[in-house]
Amino acid sequence: MARAKRLCAALLLAGTLGGCATSGGNPADPLEPFNRVMFRFNDAVDGAVAKPVAKGYRSVVPGFLRTGISNFFSNLEDVWISVNDVLQGKFQQGLEDFTRVFFNSTFGIAGVFDFASDVGLQKHNEDFGQTLGWWGVGSGAYLVLPILGPSTVRDGFGFLVDTQADPVWRVGNVPARNTAVGVRFIARRAELLDATSVVEQAALDKYSFVRDAWMQRRRNLIYDGDPPREREEPDDEPSK
Amino acid sequence: MNPASDQNPMAMKIPFYALFALLIPLAHAQQPVAPDVLVKSITEEVVAILKKDKDIQAGDTKKAADLIETKVVPHFNFVRMTRIAMGRNWRLASPEQQKILADEFKTLLVRTYSTAISNYREQQIEYKPLRAKPEDTEVTVRSDVRPSGSSQPVSIDYEMEKTPDGWKVYDVKVGGVSLVTTYRDTFAGEVREHGVDGLIKSLTAKNRQPERSKAGKA
Repeated sequence: MARAKRLCAALLLAGTLGGCATSGGNPADPLEPFNRVMFRFNDAVDGAVAKPVAKGYRSVVPGFLRTGISNFFSNLEDVWISVNDVLQGKFQQGLEDFTRVFFNSTFGIAGVFDFASDVGLQKHNEDFGQTLGWWGVGSGAYLVLPILGPSTVRDGFGFLVDTQADPVWRVGNVPARNTAVGVRFIARRAELLDATSVVEQAALDKYSFVRDAWMQRRRNLIYDGDPPREREEPDDEPSK
Repeated sequence: MNPASDQNPMAMKIPFYALFALLIPLAHAQQPVAPDVLVKSITEEVVAILKKDKDIQAGDTKKAADLIETKVVPHFNFVRMTRIAMGRNWRLASPEQQKILADEFKTLLVRTYSTAISNYREQQIEYKPLRAKPEDTEVTVRSDVRPSGSSQPVSIDYEMEKTPDGWKVYDVKVGGVSLVTTYRDTFAGEVREHGVDGLIKSLTAKNRQPERSKAGKA
């Protein structure tokens, strides 16, 4: 809950700062000055703590075990994913994801093996932010959250709801809960190590690159991989 | 009318007609390779090399870049990619600037791609059926890539256009994120603040930085 409070405080702070901030050009990012500060902060924390730990995790823990750990958390996630499927009226997909949980929790030994994927039940990507998007709630301003990184006002709120429904956060024993949250965070960071090295190479301005990639990614997820086409080459006349 | 039957100066033209006749079946054979077939065959070729090449696996991005230059680059339209990334500012650039921009952007994308493939892991690729009519000149080739040990596939879509020189890729979307439009705001910001030359300068500077190897600090 303390985490949720902190998040609220950050959202509030973002709102106030946004009021007096000058926009940097992207209409989806009126909070850019605040976001850039937070982005730099996150980057520093990532470079000092999360990334080195994730690298250590990747070099020490053998691949099959890392896959097992990731699968375990992914299976817990599937429960809430199937709820979001239903909230978005995707009943068939909801049934599939529920079946995934059933198969993986039993034959997959508490989710350590992703047995369901092997029999053709593909994992889906849903969360409450996407559900809100599916209902027609606009994304709101782009928002870089402390530690969590790129988000939007809508998805930040969605994340709060996701956290309430997250079984890992509901573990009664506090040290066990914190360990589980920490391991999951590092396991996810480790999965992204290759991707972040590509972003480092690709980006001229990492902040705007990550923002624009993130916004496209969320849009793609809300439309389940098939968003309406946007015009790729805008008007030919110069902007000035 | 059969020109060969003429016993007059027309006979001079026989070789010409013969050549023309030869070209007809050739022109037929030049019918470009279907876009999905092209993507699949290039991917298979590159993956086969990646699996064998120990240097690239060990993080030799220079060698990876050479591989991409020879196998992949010829099938991309970098001018169009740059035009999309520049948006309306493309028209602000002179033809010389446009050429430099396209060259530098190409270098950046090749270097990025080399970083990505040096991280190559075993993966399964599934191509989705091509939804296109024979007369279409723009198509999307869709694929799902599932790295081994990961339960969630990532979509990789190739936006392609038909040219006299065969099908060319002008955008790649990874998980719905366009390789090209993701640069749009960065480019626009540079041009707004420092002009087209400023953008050229920062692209060139970026490309002169040492390649980031796997072990590189990021």
